[in-house]
Amino acid sequence: MTDYVNYTTGEPVADTKAPAGPIHERWDTRRFEAKLVNPANRRKHTVIVVGTGLAGGSAGATLAEQGYHVVQFCYQDSPRRAHSIAAQGGINAAKNYRNDGDSIHRLFYDTVKGGDFRARESNVARLAQISVEIIDQCVAQGVPFAREYGGLLDTRSFGGVQVSRTFYARGQTGQQLLLGAYQALSRQIAAGNVEMHPRTEMLDLIVVDGRARGIVARDLITGRIDTYFADAVVLASGGYGNVFYLSTNAMNSNATAIWRAHRRGAYFANPCFTQIHPTCIPRTGDHQSKLTLMSESLRNDGRIWVPRAKGDDRPPNRIPEEERDYYLERIYPSFGNLVPRDIASRAAKNVCDEGRGVGPGGQGVYLDFADAIQRMGRGAVEAKYGNLFDMYQRITDEDPYEVPMRIYPAVHYTMGGLWVDYDLQTTVPGLFAVGEANFSDHGANRLGASALMQGLADGYFVLPATINDYLARNPHQAPVTPEHPAVQEVLAETEDRLNLLLAVDGDRTPDSFHRELGEIMWEFCGMARTDEGLRKALERIPQIREEFWRRIKVPGTGQEFNQSLEKANRIVDYLELAELMCLDALHRAESCGGHFREESQTPDGEAARTDEEFAYAAAWEFAGTGSAPVLHKEDLVFEYVHPTQRSYA
Amino acid sequence: MARTMWDSSVGKKTVMAVSGLIMLLYLVVHMIGNLKIYFGADEFNHYAHWLRTVGEPFMHYEWTLWIIRVVLVVAVVAHATSAYQLSRRDIKARPSKYVHSRPRASYATRTMRWGGIILGLFIVWHILDLTTGTVHSGGFQPGHPYQNVVDTFSTWYGDVIYIVAMLALGLHIRHGFWSAAQTLGVGSRARDRALKTTANVLALLLTAGFIAVPVGVMTGVVS
Amino acid sequence: MKLTLRVWRQQNADADGTMSTYEVDGISSDMSFLDMLDLLNERLILSGEDPVAFDHDCREGICGACSLVINGDAHGPERTTTCQLHMRSFKDGDTIDIEPWRAAAFPVIKDLVVDRSAFDRIIQAGGYVTAPTGSAPEAHATAVPKADADFAFEHAECIGCGACVAACPNGAAMLFTSAKINHLNVLPQGAPERETRVLDMVAQMDEEGFGGCTLTGECATACPKGIPLMSITGMNREWLRATRKAGKR
Repeated sequence: MTDYVNYTTGEPVADTKAPAGPIHERWDTRRFEAKLVNPANRRKHTVIVVGTGLAGGSAGATLAEQGYHVVQFCYQDSPRRAHSIAAQGGINAAKNYRNDGDSIHRLFYDTVKGGDFRARESNVARLAQISVEIIDQCVAQGVPFAREYGGLLDTRSFGGVQVSRTFYARGQTGQQLLLGAYQALSRQIAAGNVEMHPRTEMLDLIVVDGRARGIVARDLITGRIDTYFADAVVLASGGYGNVFYLSTNAMNSNATAIWRAHRRGAYFANPCFTQIHPTCIPRTGDHQSKLTLMSESLRNDGRIWVPRAKGDDRPPNRIPEEERDYYLERIYPSFGNLVPRDIASRAAKNVCDEGRGVGPGGQGVYLDFADAIQRMGRGAVEAKYGNLFDMYQRITDEDPYEVPMRIYPAVHYTMGGLWVDYDLQTTVPGLFAVGEANFSDHGANRLGASALMQGLADGYFVLPATINDYLARNPHQAPVTPEHPAVQEVLAETEDRLNLLLAVDGDRTPDSFHRELGEIMWEFCGMARTDEGLRKALERIPQIREEFWRRIKVPGTGQEFNQSLEKANRIVDYLELAELMCLDALHRAESCGGHFREESQTPDGEAARTDEEFAYAAAWEFAGTGSAPVLHKEDLVFEYVHPTQRSYA
Repeated sequence: MARTMWDSSVGKKTVMAVSGLIMLLYLVVHMIGNLKIYFGADEFNHYAHWLRTVGEPFMHYEWTLWIIRVVLVVAVVAHATSAYQLSRRDIKARPSKYVHSRPRASYATRTMRWGGIILGLFIVWHILDLTTGTVHSGGFQPGHPYQNVVDTFSTWYGDVIYIVAMLALGLHIRHGFWSAAQTLGVGSRARDRALKTTANVLALLLTAGFIAVPVGVMTGVVS
Repeated sequence: MKLTLRVWRQQNADADGTMSTYEVDGISSDMSFLDMLDLLNERLILSGEDPVAFDHDCREGICGACSLVINGDAHGPERTTTCQLHMRSFKDGDTIDIEPWRAAAFPVIKDLVVDRSAFDRIIQAGGYVTAPTGSAPEAHATAVPKADADFAFEHAECIGCGACVAACPNGAAMLFTSAKINHLNVLPQGAPERETRVLDMVAQMDEEGFGGCTLTGECATACPKGIPLMSITGMNREWLRATRKAGKR
């Protein structure tokens, strides 16, 4: 560990693609400056897209519509199951249909501020601008957004903003948007423009002569490992929240695609920026394999509270009003229960640390709908949140119409990811990253209903425009064959890794290692981080890694459907990525957004940024397993939104 | 369009629905005619004779009856062929059973296939018995349907075959009528209760109306 | 709780399968059904046996990956997905039979995992609106009556899990297919392709080897998202309408 923390600082990294000029004209400028590929030539170009979530699905469909030959992969049995489907609350767009003072500039402002001034202004401005086109696009696809009686689209409010700009489809917005993208993709599959490989997992990136030229992927049914070649590779493989073992991510969501790309030269930016979502269903026991999110939209009408007194274990309905502490409304009167996620999560942690938490182990706070039911009537609450209430009841066996829900924060989203420039290109030429897989738009904290916006902006609009430029500038790349030494090397490495996993034949299951790593990460790199804790984690992780390779037990063979092997191979990458996350958290000795360093807080316990020192994105360059990586800083310049102490009081 | 119909599983169900409804309409008329047996031999035989002269003088003797017979044969064949082909397809689509089986579906649904086969066999027997007289129990007398009917229902097996078939018919109509409405797309949430009630009433009326004839003979009301 | 599980084990698509029996103790009633299978698998791995393969992913009841027939019921005794089923629905000492979806169009890949790609091909046949990126008009250009939007949503909720096929004695995919047709055909955006959509999707459904509908209603009873049986009626109506119109052209 001593070696690993002694990272070196390399040359700064700069985004050379974002044009200068007025912020809301930059995207138009870039689109005009970008070179185009002649429509007739597009079909000669192959683009690999890994992942079929909102970003990948929309990118694959749109690239195919443009005429490119797309080869797309997902580990699920169908592209329709990508985890974007589980997003509940909604998608932001600066439509200002409510005439409540919203605008593209306000969405831009809210997002930069919500991200605690650690996002790139140019990217966020573009995101806000594209947001309105996304809604148009999705409606045209038949996405059944909620509507009002007049037949026009309905919106609701979300955390961190004071306008109503969130479009939704009951509690299943992600599902509906994803199915829209999936259907567009399906149309292109039927047309023969997309070659779809479901149940196929990317295991490594092929880089030839410094450019991304393909991937190594394993057919999860037969176990066959194959190589696929292209003129550009797009990673849309999502985030890495599963490093924590318990998270709201899907069980099979994983970091392998981005981590392997990182090992092949793509810088990894802000890995410590993880979002802990405030409204999840608390754990019920050690057996639990994942956590379930309850949409943030619940905070619109639900009120969050804990008992005033420590250790008050009366049933919630027996605690009189004056003995309840509606702590968010008390501390943040103007935003109340709708403060951004990082703030709501930390506040929940604080009251629980004070011993005022509720439920088993005191790890929970109440989210109470009694007032809402009284005000709106049970029917209206049911219409708005019915499916969420049902889900809660199914999991906890408690009726939220009668008893307040218990919620607790859980790992939900990772703002960090592969470093990309304005064109969404990583530091490996020809390798692009879209959606949660990149680091670009959310800074240190993502606002609710912005992930769907970013995924679709990247996939439908940004990447299809910018990838043209790359392909137009590199029109005649020499074909790569499986015999190429660089390909052979990657293939051999992959096969060796899997064979080794199968050969160890130790005495511990993959899950046992994953759980152990997750506990360390949650304790030391979770909602609150300290120098001491992070150093402890950085000492433990290499030990677990060492033990993993000594004691892992993976049954079966590699030439068959083998879910244990899939899992173990993903853990290999978590065990390396976790180390980088802790190092990044350790080096960033400030608090910002979801990254809260206990040493750096204001007198009233809010995150205290150190802009002079840390107003940069930390892009890490891989230097070998367990070897100190190289830090490349991208300075963040704020021309339009001036960094201030975020205030939601 | 005919090709599309016949080649599609949805289309073939449409063929079943339409042919079923044609037969159902016929059965309603047939059942009402049968009840005339309670008004004595003269009226019943007169009615039977009238069936052959419907449409005269425009139609020749028995022309209308033959047209109806042809339509019915086409309906039966279309119904049975579709049913057979769809069943084959259904069985093929679900080749292995669950180890843990539990009773599924309503009684009426489960009896559609067997009920259909029973009804098919019954129709053959019924025609050979009372139309051609080939398997008639007594001395079959063309032109004297009243006596022929009484003869048939004076045997125990005649009663058993007929009553069993009519019970099967009731179950068949109960599911079939509602099912045809769904196949033809006229069902809706608002209409569902009305359709189900109509199906039950139709099934009950037809079963009771048809069974009334052997019951009449058995009890001696008709003799 | 202590349970006896009888689980379908099948090495691969070509192998013969059989029910194997496992005794599992130490089960808490708060566990989800899949947590319980995880527990079994952890023990199987440590005892050197092959763990039970089953599809699962989001474990929130929305991705549609999980697919177990539990005691003869698709997704088990509650009206929800397998991942949202909890052990409190069972009693100590129960014997539970776990089988894969059974249908000719859903061949078994391994143990409890089946191939549902036929569903994808049905969607590819027409379960979309042709609206290439960039071509969309302003979202408020066409108002959609709330009743239509709600109707569309109710059908769009389908998660494509295949429980309808698993529960249907005919292995029919009518409910799945009709849900998508009803979702898109009721919306003004879906109107231009209304006829081709239903004709092509139904034709693809037949080609995949799914059975026909005998309106037993098993599909709607098993559907974790409550897609109504009337959805199939709506599809039939659309199909007949499209066939008539195609005949006139």
